[in-house]
Amino acid sequence: MKNIEKEINDIRNFAKNIRISILNMSLNAGANSSHFGGALSIVEILATLFSSVMNIDGKKLIKDRFILSKGHACLAYYATLSEIGLIKKKDLLTFEKNNTKLLGHPVKNDKIGIDFSTGSLGMGFSSAIGVALAIKKKKKPYNVYVVLGDGECNEGSVWEGALSAPNLELNNLNVIVDNNGFQQTGSNKDIMNLLDLKKKWESFGWHVEEVDGHNIDALNKIFSNVKKINKPKVIIAKL
Amino acid sequence: MIEINKSKIKIWSTIGQRATFGMVAYEIANKINNLMVLTCDVSTSAGLDRFRKNFPEKFLELGISEQNMIGVAAALSNENFKVMTTSFAPFQTMRCCEQIKVNLGYMKQKITMVGLASGLVLGPLGYTHCCIEDVGVLRSIPNLTIISPADGLELAKSVVASLNHNQSTYIRLTGSSNAPIIYNKDYNFKIGKPVVLKKGKDIAIFATGSMVKVAIDVSKRLEEEEISASVINIHTIKPMDTSIIKKYLKSKLFVSIEEHNIMGGLGSAISEETSKIGNGPKHIFCGVNDAYLHHGDYKHLLENYDLTADKIIKKIKKNLKVRS
Repeated sequence: MKNIEKEINDIRNFAKNIRISILNMSLNAGANSSHFGGALSIVEILATLFSSVMNIDGKKLIKDRFILSKGHACLAYYATLSEIGLIKKKDLLTFEKNNTKLLGHPVKNDKIGIDFSTGSLGMGFSSAIGVALAIKKKKKPYNVYVVLGDGECNEGSVWEGALSAPNLELNNLNVIVDNNGFQQTGSNKDIMNLLDLKKKWESFGWHVEEVDGHNIDALNKIFSNVKKINKPKVIIAKL
Repeated sequence: MIEINKSKIKIWSTIGQRATFGMVAYEIANKINNLMVLTCDVSTSAGLDRFRKNFPEKFLELGISEQNMIGVAAALSNENFKVMTTSFAPFQTMRCCEQIKVNLGYMKQKITMVGLASGLVLGPLGYTHCCIEDVGVLRSIPNLTIISPADGLELAKSVVASLNHNQSTYIRLTGSSNAPIIYNKDYNFKIGKPVVLKKGKDIAIFATGSMVKVAIDVSKRLEEEEISASVINIHTIKPMDTSIIKKYLKSKLFVSIEEHNIMGGLGSAISEETSKIGNGPKHIFCGVNDAYLHHGDYKHLLENYDLTADKIIKKIKKNLKVRS
């Protein structure tokens, strides 16, 4: 019991540190930069994944993989990579400055553990499908985790990918839809109503779970439970 | 990697570039362990049915979803697979243009894309299926190589070379079945290095893909009129070889022939180089004159867009007279 308590407590601290870094980076970048709303909304997801769920083999990120398809939330991603030692704390403050490695959308960079440049919505999802497929072809036991935005689910290519992953039997693929209810210029409902996301993904052949996207306990349990399920998985992380 | 002999060259010519691609993929499949071929429901059109049946572990069907295909292909290449993708040229290039930009251009992930039936050969199906824009669109994306092979042998060599190339490659397939043979025996092919097929002293004709044969026909018939024309096969449209342009700069006339819009393709690429150098000769652009005008079969379209030896010779003679 104590071990689980410690685990949850570690994730909480990890999440707290991400939040502090996000605010520091945003403040330093100035008023016109930073999608910090989208970043703050995935903090507990990333903290749970990187602190507890993923097999990241120290700092190498070559076992379980992570792709941030909603690239605009990169503040949370950079802060997370900093927590696991891949990005130096002082480098976080170069966010969106000239000649930085840390632009407003992630740029592929092996040295800091970023496998794919994302930011054009929908594309990181297809990358995740390719990686999950490659891992299966190589007969490795690793999982792929990819975070999509709910606004991102407006993109047609997301549904091309959604159709393909169950067909390719990618039971090592885990999609987290950050269902915070908002996109660039308004709520999902006002801009392009997604209606029943759970039913949509289910009808495409995925195992779907819904969870409070900020409840570390619940996230940790779900990520652990779905590992046994022999289908591609979607975790819809509610506001 | 590919065995080259007379009978194969003849078969490739008979079946045309699309089916030749399938044959080539089949031949190299056993020799490349980590090869993957991805299609969007076009395996039959790409001559890949035998490949699909015999190498199911190396074949990936993604359904009619080109955007997803490019992302999946690029990620596989990131995991050290040698990846080829294919669909009809408009769908292989423009339907997933931004995926090509981000995955192959920006991230420099390395795959080979094969655009089937580019140019005008699918005329009867309409301009949704013709492709006169692919070179122009892709040329503006950094870190991509664009090859348009002149015949089956050159296609085979392009495919093999692209898999060991240092960046992503688009191979543009043109022409129909019963295609002319340009190379009847093995020759030295290098990505980015044009092939001078005929040396002449008056004018320089640059051609690519299916139009190389037209260029040869034009040059032969000009000989009868005592006009000596060089014929240069620009199989690699990007990167463009500047030295070949410099070499022919003293010609009386430049002629470019391509089954593509005259904007953005081979002619444009050449004229960008001549403009940079300065003092180049007048340049006749033979291609589709920026329009979706004519409707009908391949031959009908080539005639109406003036892409026949007769029409091109007329233009050349008219221009040479103007200059004299």
